[in-house]
Amino acid sequence: MSSSAKSRMLARAARDITPGMTVNLGIGLPTQVMNHVAADCPVCLHSENGIAGVGGLAAPGQANRNLIDAGGGYITCAAGGSFFDSAVSFALVRGGRLDLTLLGAFEVAANGDLANWIIPGKFAAGVGGAIELAQKARRVGVLTTHTDKHGNPKILERCTLPLTAVGCVNRIYTDMAVCDVLPDGLHLVELAEGVSLSEVRDATGAALIVPNGLIPTF
Amino acid sequence: MPLLDKSTLLTDAIAKIPDGARIMIGGFGVPGTPFTLIEELVRHGPRNLTIIKNDANEAGMGVDWLLQAGMVKRLITSHVGLNGNAIRMMNAREIEVEFVAQGILAERIRAAGAGLKGFVTDIGIGTLLAEGKQRVEMDGETCLIEPALEADFALIHAARADTFGNLVYAATARNFNPLMAMAAECTIAEAEIILPIGGIDPDAVHTPAPFVDHLVALPEQLMEVYGVVKR
Repeated sequence: MSSSAKSRMLARAARDITPGMTVNLGIGLPTQVMNHVAADCPVCLHSENGIAGVGGLAAPGQANRNLIDAGGGYITCAAGGSFFDSAVSFALVRGGRLDLTLLGAFEVAANGDLANWIIPGKFAAGVGGAIELAQKARRVGVLTTHTDKHGNPKILERCTLPLTAVGCVNRIYTDMAVCDVLPDGLHLVELAEGVSLSEVRDATGAALIVPNGLIPTF
Repeated sequence: MPLLDKSTLLTDAIAKIPDGARIMIGGFGVPGTPFTLIEELVRHGPRNLTIIKNDANEAGMGVDWLLQAGMVKRLITSHVGLNGNAIRMMNAREIEVEFVAQGILAERIRAAGAGLKGFVTDIGIGTLLAEGKQRVEMDGETCLIEPALEADFALIHAARADTFGNLVYAATARNFNPLMAMAAECTIAEAEIILPIGGIDPDAVHTPAPFVDHLVALPEQLMEVYGVVKR
């Protein structure tokens, strides 16, 4: 994925973060969406290690040794932010106070199933908070490259890997497209600039429902 | 009525921990990890320990000292992704690892501390983590019974304490500490600053002193690992 395609994808996901939301950004790519949210947009960023109101990344040399996000990055706390223990943090998640979470994926399926924590025999470092975020956030977005490093689709009819959560995903943002999971299937919503519909179809392992007329680009 | 002074020497507090103990260790990454208590535990050297901690710190830090010393039989955790040594030991079956979803781990510990036997949840239904768990129907929905998780000892890191054992945590160093402090038979807390009784506003207390058994003062100059900022 080129840096411009990545940056366009991050910026596109950031556009769905709207004023007043409480949002959790997963470790890795999703965390970087923060850099694309307008500085004056009133958004409460939650991190599951116990903060609501992440200010941003701590400037070099300004890190507080007691203040990190769940990915281990040193952050600041916004004015009005709060700290709490891990039980309260997940009460916030399971209790439905998260308007949106953006997560990474190994595989995501046309029925909204998500697999992002274990590749049996290869990668099994533990599930962290992903199950509860995926299962209980009011809206779940997945941020991923459209294909893996071998060019195989990551969007499939059904996941082959063990699931993180069943039928949890609402929207998928990739370097090639934005897709929505709806009851009747996987809808193509937008195309990345310079990417054609047939390229997206070829790179997707599931049937795509395509809108009539011009497909918007991002 | 005066209140007990629970100040204890580091060596005396940790000497209570025997072979085979179940030990909860606070912290999420570096913040809130009681590195001084862990270092003394390595020196004391009990074996066949069950360690309950959110993560395995990083290679060469904290929980990893216990792993490398061969003291750990079983690790109950939410993820070990930042510790390549823990992953290697898990794959080589040198340690048993039980993965628990992070909020379920927190709540199982909280339940034990609250004197409950467990709780009912729909988290994990339809995934590997539901396998082998007791099921129950609630409101027409299949749910899982998650048992409370208790321990013999809890090792806690606090920013401030009074000598009675009231604890205050700093920022995201709070994490699992207040939950674990409630869930163990014997809770040992290290604190960066120890104040006389009355030195903490009762409204500001995070962990009330009745949950704390022993209080260990940290030296003014903390070990370097507490200040790790680069990873």
